[in-house]
Amino acid sequence: MKRYALRLVSLAAALGLWQALTSWNIDLWLRFSQFPTVTDVARTFAARVSGPDYWTDLTDSLTRILAGFLLAAVLGVATGVLVARSRLAEDLLGPVLEVIRPIPAIALVPVAILLFPSNEQGIVFITCTAAFFPVLVSTRHAVRALTPVWEEAVRTMGGGRWRILGSVVLPGALPGVFGGLSVGIGVSWICVISAEMISGQYGVGYRTWQDYTVVDYPGVFVGMATIGVLGWLTSTAVELLGRRLTRWLPRTAYVPGARPPRPDRSDRSVTPAAAPAPADPAEAPGGARSEEARDEHLV
Amino acid sequence: MSTSSETVSNTPSKAATDASSGTGPTAPPEAAAPVRGTRLTLAGASLGRPGAIALDEVGLDIAPGEILTVVGPSGCGKSTLLRTLAGLLSPLAGDITQDGHPLTGPSADRALVFQEDALLPWRTLRANVELPLAIRGVPRAERRRQAQAWLERVGLGSQARQLPHRVSGGQRQRVQLARALAGRPRAVLMDEPFGALDAQTRAGMQDLLVEVLQGTGATVVFVTHDVDEALFLGDRVALLGAGGLVAVRDIPRPRERGAHDDPARVALRRDVLTSLGT
Repeated sequence: MKRYALRLVSLAAALGLWQALTSWNIDLWLRFSQFPTVTDVARTFAARVSGPDYWTDLTDSLTRILAGFLLAAVLGVATGVLVARSRLAEDLLGPVLEVIRPIPAIALVPVAILLFPSNEQGIVFITCTAAFFPVLVSTRHAVRALTPVWEEAVRTMGGGRWRILGSVVLPGALPGVFGGLSVGIGVSWICVISAEMISGQYGVGYRTWQDYTVVDYPGVFVGMATIGVLGWLTSTAVELLGRRLTRWLPRTAYVPGARPPRPDRSDRSVTPAAAPAPADPAEAPGGARSEEARDEHLV
Repeated sequence: MSTSSETVSNTPSKAATDASSGTGPTAPPEAAAPVRGTRLTLAGASLGRPGAIALDEVGLDIAPGEILTVVGPSGCGKSTLLRTLAGLLSPLAGDITQDGHPLTGPSADRALVFQEDALLPWRTLRANVELPLAIRGVPRAERRRQAQAWLERVGLGSQARQLPHRVSGGQRQRVQLARALAGRPRAVLMDEPFGALDAQTRAGMQDLLVEVLQGTGATVVFVTHDVDEALFLGDRVALLGAGGLVAVRDIPRPRERGAHDDPARVALRRDVLTSLGT
């Protein structure tokens, strides 16, 4: 509970600082006088939310990113496993992939325009390419790092290639794959928004850019806030799914990096001289603390 | 011979749980149809990796249903021998046959129990034991029943739904044993399965092994660096030395705890230790 309160305080403080700087028109080298205030943005936000365009933009962007990201997840895992498990595939696909990998996905806009009949497909293509490589690379590493004895055990039970793939390779690589998916969803957002800005019709990125061209700064900030919240929600979803599917991973009983148990402030004021004070809170943590520790990764 | 009644009398607690949960017959699944062991033969075999031969010119005939223990100093190629018998390594030269047919690769016929923790960590204990049954195509409900029966046989029936990292090292090895036997292999190859356990757990595991092997009829090759373990478990003991097989000796009164002081056993023990150079 206390930690959720802290998180709210952190967000509120950032907003408060923004409001203060802009409403007092602070101009100290950084110029906040042209900046929309929080209340301006909130008013525009409320107006947009009640209009139809906002929700169209939102669903358009979400459809594009989900399509691109899911495609990238499937292709990335499949290619990663193939390249890691087959020398032939590594030799055939490796060089091509390594040459394409350094090209920023957003630089593929001309390619997308040439290749695809509609903008929509081009945007999905760019989003997919962006997320594909992090998923591919982490899958490849995770598959190569698998303990050989797992595979040998399944082989001596009479398991064939597909059994090894389904029972050892995929589940064993899952923790690593989710590392790639977490990075991938973040990169996907960057690319879907950029692609929409360049070539989209509708979508959060398109709207944000439109607002900029007509000098509607509060609108731009509404767009930015929307992107921020959507990005946070989607990456949390990936994170939660990953943790759910890799619950088998052994976890330490104590929390790495957690603050050592310390007496509450109230405790200290009530019993300033009592020697056993530190022992009390040390016993308490147990379950509650590990529960909190699991939340830590969420943010 | 009634192996099932023996099993029951040895582990009354297990029989009780069986009866209470109403899983039907208390006999383990394989007791109904004993599996015949397989004959494994090596002739003039060189084992190891290309350029690094571990064992040269090995000639060894392992009879069906026999328990052969293998001892030797560490690094002499005990694991190589076992992996080759499992089909994970091919021989560099010579022939290896199973019942007269050349051995071409791993098969469910020859189960391997590893020294290290080879359970799949994302599967519960029961799901691990179910795996060889799934590979054999046993239907889901039957798979579950047999896996549960095997876990109860190794004394872990109540922990069937735990993940491997939640139980102790000795318990994990018991699950590995159950997993290996659940697939009804005709040969069980064991690579120092109790090597990482403390002496007390070890003795218990040896007794458990003898007990669960009864009625399976499987041929067993058991690699260990512990001479006493080798002499207790084996019908015969194979001594490996630098670069090859040194000797194969018959063991008097195998699997009798009381035979420890048998003069013939003591003499053999001295011989083995001498030839190992300790």
